[in-house]
Amino acid sequence: MLDATRLKQDFPILHQEVNDEPLVYLDNAASTQMPLKVMNELKHFKETDYANVHRGVHTLSERATSQYEAARDTVSRFLEAKSTKEILFTRGTTTSLNWVAQSLGDLVVEKGDKIVISYMEHHSNIIPWQQLAKRKGAELIYINLTPEGFLDMTDAKSKITDGVKIVSITHASNVLGVVNDVKTLGELAHSVGAKMVVDGAQSTPHMRVNVTKLNCDFYAFSAHKMCGPTGIGVLYGRQELLEKMEPVEYGGEMIDFVYDQTSTWAELPYKFEAGTPNITGAIGLAYAIDYLEEIGLDNIHQHEQELVEYVLPKLLAIDGFELYGPKDVNQHTGVIAFNIEGIHPHDLSTALDMQGVAIRAGHHCAQPLLRYLDVMSTARASFYFYNTKEDADCLVQSIIEAKEFFQYGFI
Amino acid sequence: MALSRLDNLYRQVILDHTNHPHNRGVLDDATSQIELNNPTCGDVIQLQLNIQDGVICDVAFEGHGCSISMASASMMTVAIKGKTEAEAIEIIANFLELVQGEDIGTAKKTLKDAQMLSGVAKFPARIKCATLAWKALERGIIQENETTISSQLHTEE
Repeated sequence: MLDATRLKQDFPILHQEVNDEPLVYLDNAASTQMPLKVMNELKHFKETDYANVHRGVHTLSERATSQYEAARDTVSRFLEAKSTKEILFTRGTTTSLNWVAQSLGDLVVEKGDKIVISYMEHHSNIIPWQQLAKRKGAELIYINLTPEGFLDMTDAKSKITDGVKIVSITHASNVLGVVNDVKTLGELAHSVGAKMVVDGAQSTPHMRVNVTKLNCDFYAFSAHKMCGPTGIGVLYGRQELLEKMEPVEYGGEMIDFVYDQTSTWAELPYKFEAGTPNITGAIGLAYAIDYLEEIGLDNIHQHEQELVEYVLPKLLAIDGFELYGPKDVNQHTGVIAFNIEGIHPHDLSTALDMQGVAIRAGHHCAQPLLRYLDVMSTARASFYFYNTKEDADCLVQSIIEAKEFFQYGFI
Repeated sequence: MALSRLDNLYRQVILDHTNHPHNRGVLDDATSQIELNNPTCGDVIQLQLNIQDGVICDVAFEGHGCSISMASASMMTVAIKGKTEAEAIEIIANFLELVQGEDIGTAKKTLKDAQMLSGVAKFPARIKCATLAWKALERGIIQENETTISSQLHTEE
């Protein structure tokens, strides 16, 4: 059983007052906080071992290189990849997906081909494919959602057919709080010869991910959504495909030989990592993974489920509360997008902020989804393992008070 | 109660403009039309202007957004109707300074009800909401002048 109150002690930032009220941080789908342990480990690395990697022949460079590559080992083990060659460090999920769209896109997509995504994708998993489709003269097709907000698997089956070259779907929605059956989608994709890409930004921090069992070809995620630093993320790619793909960026350590007019590339994974990488970022990500694994991803998942089970009925009981996504607590992650009748989500977000409660308001970088739901913007509370039932109560109470303010305070 | 701080932002007059906006609608005789959105949140305003001989004779807006953005749009239309373009540009500058927390002294009066939005300065995350309509107006005036210059050039040709 996870002791969130104790774990919260690991996060100094969570122990402060905002607008004279104790902070309740519920914007974890946007970015999570960093535990003191990760900060200290990073500080130690920077104070004692920092140097550029792979090119120096001095001791510090050796130490930094060894820790940078150890970080790759950690990620590889964390995702249960077959080889560290399949782990590429990127700037984050967005960069990862852009790399795949560009490099895999150039390799497999031709005029008239189809690329399949869904209506619940983040802009980062839409625009790179739009651009690829435009570049190649391909067709971008969207899988519909069910009225409850799940991916419509019948529609998926009808759209993932011959001519589809890439299927790219989010593992967990950053708005609807649903987890998609990417394994089955991957099987469908492979059955028609398409490649399966998974946006793992909202799943990797919250549940165990085994890329080999998921049978996906690519999997992308960001460190800052899982207690790590910003500016670092991962692209997992199946080795056989990465070998065939061209690098997206050129220069620095990604080369093998550079001749006057032509060059050859380094072996995987270095072929894709041009320039000096985000060394401290990668090492910070590995520390974050160590921290999460110490708690246990299954425990994290279970705790978030318990929080949702606790808070969702209380939220649904608020008059005028409209939930976007399933009402079934067993099929809902810690991401809860909603609106309160008569209050614009920005106004609600400011009112909650005045009560110390940090939530998100807006379109959540998912404009096609919001159009699909026929709503301009929503509020969104998102929980992580360091959130407690008291945090959940604060959310409910602050919404009730905001409602009173806007209904009776001035009007 | 912590929510009492919201009084700084949501004054009665602001909520009145939210609930009963002035100049909401469309113009049949618009000389300029501008659509502007706030890409970070999805708020949208469609502003129409009727400018004759450098005077803003009429203005109307449509759109959707939070109470601050819609109240600000309503207040803006009240402040600039009947003003010359030069006066409007000055009023816009005054407003932008006000919501950044600058003391604009007696220039506040030119803003009419919009001076009530001075509290936005204490809510930096909401400044974009408050300024959307004013940025649209600024763009509309620039657009109008470009059109005028362009038509003058054509006439000269």
